[in-house]
Amino acid sequence: MDVNSETIARLASTGQRLDGRNVQEYRQPIVIETNISWTAEGSAKVQIGKTVILAGVKLAIEKPYNDTPDEGGIMVNAELLPLSSPEYEPGPPGIKAVELARVIDRGIREAKAIDMKKLCITPGEKAWFMMIDIITINDDGNLFDAAGLAVLAALKSAHFPVVDPETGAIDYKHKTEETLPIIKEPVPVTIYKIGTSLLIDPTREEEDAYDARLTVASDDKGILSALQKGGDAPLTMEEISAMIDLALEKAKFLRKTLNSLVKS
Amino acid sequence: MAYTKRSDGRDLEELRPMEAKAGVIPNADGSAYFKIGNTIAYCAVYGPRELFPRFLQNPKTGIIRCHYSMMPFSGSGERIRPGQNRRAQEISKVMNFALNPVIDLTDFPNAVVDIFVDLPQTDAGTRCAAISAAAIALADAGIPMKDLVSSVAIGQVEGTVVADLNYQEEAYPGVVSDIPVAMTHNTKEITLLQMDGEISKQHLLKALEMAKRATEKVYQVQIKALKEKFVRE
Repeated sequence: MDVNSETIARLASTGQRLDGRNVQEYRQPIVIETNISWTAEGSAKVQIGKTVILAGVKLAIEKPYNDTPDEGGIMVNAELLPLSSPEYEPGPPGIKAVELARVIDRGIREAKAIDMKKLCITPGEKAWFMMIDIITINDDGNLFDAAGLAVLAALKSAHFPVVDPETGAIDYKHKTEETLPIIKEPVPVTIYKIGTSLLIDPTREEEDAYDARLTVASDDKGILSALQKGGDAPLTMEEISAMIDLALEKAKFLRKTLNSLVKS
Repeated sequence: MAYTKRSDGRDLEELRPMEAKAGVIPNADGSAYFKIGNTIAYCAVYGPRELFPRFLQNPKTGIIRCHYSMMPFSGSGERIRPGQNRRAQEISKVMNFALNPVIDLTDFPNAVVDIFVDLPQTDAGTRCAAISAAAIALADAGIPMKDLVSSVAIGQVEGTVVADLNYQEEAYPGVVSDIPVAMTHNTKEITLLQMDGEISKQHLLKALEMAKRATEKVYQVQIKALKEKFVRE
């Protein structure tokens, strides 16, 4: 453990941290801006402290999967750009990007946040697919929570493109008034364990000091839709229970922030 | 038919509205945001730092390495698959050529300065926006440079020379040429020159004359962004 991590752990044991925040406090303000890319059907930029993340939604018409012939589809990809941190190198997505994309994907997919049946155009033949890309601009920690907000904001701001009724071709230059059939908005919150303390919204250097983490995606009724434990240290049942309580409480705060900044 | 009125109502020499900011990516040693019309470029500069793999190192000088990339949702049509493609590789290479003449890394042997440009939305002129953004970011990073490079595309539509083509003009059904140009500010030397389409030599020389005045407008925006940052600090 380096000197910084030792200091971070020592401070956390008394409920403090390097930037003066309380251990259970997000960096303020959280800024969410939508329509940051005119070429995407939906897009958003989220800023939490020095972490800046973009999300873009492209819509395409594809053949539904064989096991769900009357449903649309979702695909989530994350790019940790070398632009956003000296730690990232050019090349195909590494495991960190893959984990991020999959956790965000599960949060939305398993919550049935979007009415996939409404995305179907012709059963077995044509349905709308949502291709979501998460892009880091500056990584200063807590990518899971920032990406979760960015993806929700991008989905909420998305509009279907115009489709030629005769040829079926998509005119990506023109959007309709129609928005995505969003049923609920599952918000992921990641709780970090450092020593015996629970901490949220870590900076990049705090992330290097953590022992374990738990990402919890939950909807406005408190139902969980995705979990992911990370880190080398184990968690007790009591710790997991406390982490979920904290995640549910913080999800309310994030959802309030999202709804005040992004209108449906 | 002569092209006298531009599709978006601009004057022949008028550039699309520009916006620039230096120091937008805290993790980077230097960074910039550059917007021209509906094309946006983010640029981050990292270095000088050690260059790997080792065989690429030059014991006489540091080198620069440009990485151009469009975000998957930044194209005007379908989603673009992320990752390298031949177009991005070529643009990265000509960005290197465009920026290298003004950069002096002899004090940093074996080192590399990495220049990353990523675009969240595009509407023609992306390589020029990338170069203009990179020049701001390099200056922001304090990389030794003897001049500033500014870049904009000049075009020719049906015999009319115009500055800063938009996508509609690029796709104009007729004789069109697209000429991305980068120029040094003090010496007015050309560091990027590409062309596709058809053009006479006479029109090309006229286009390059226009490029001098057009890149000067880009230069003013770049300098303003840098001044704003360093006055703030």
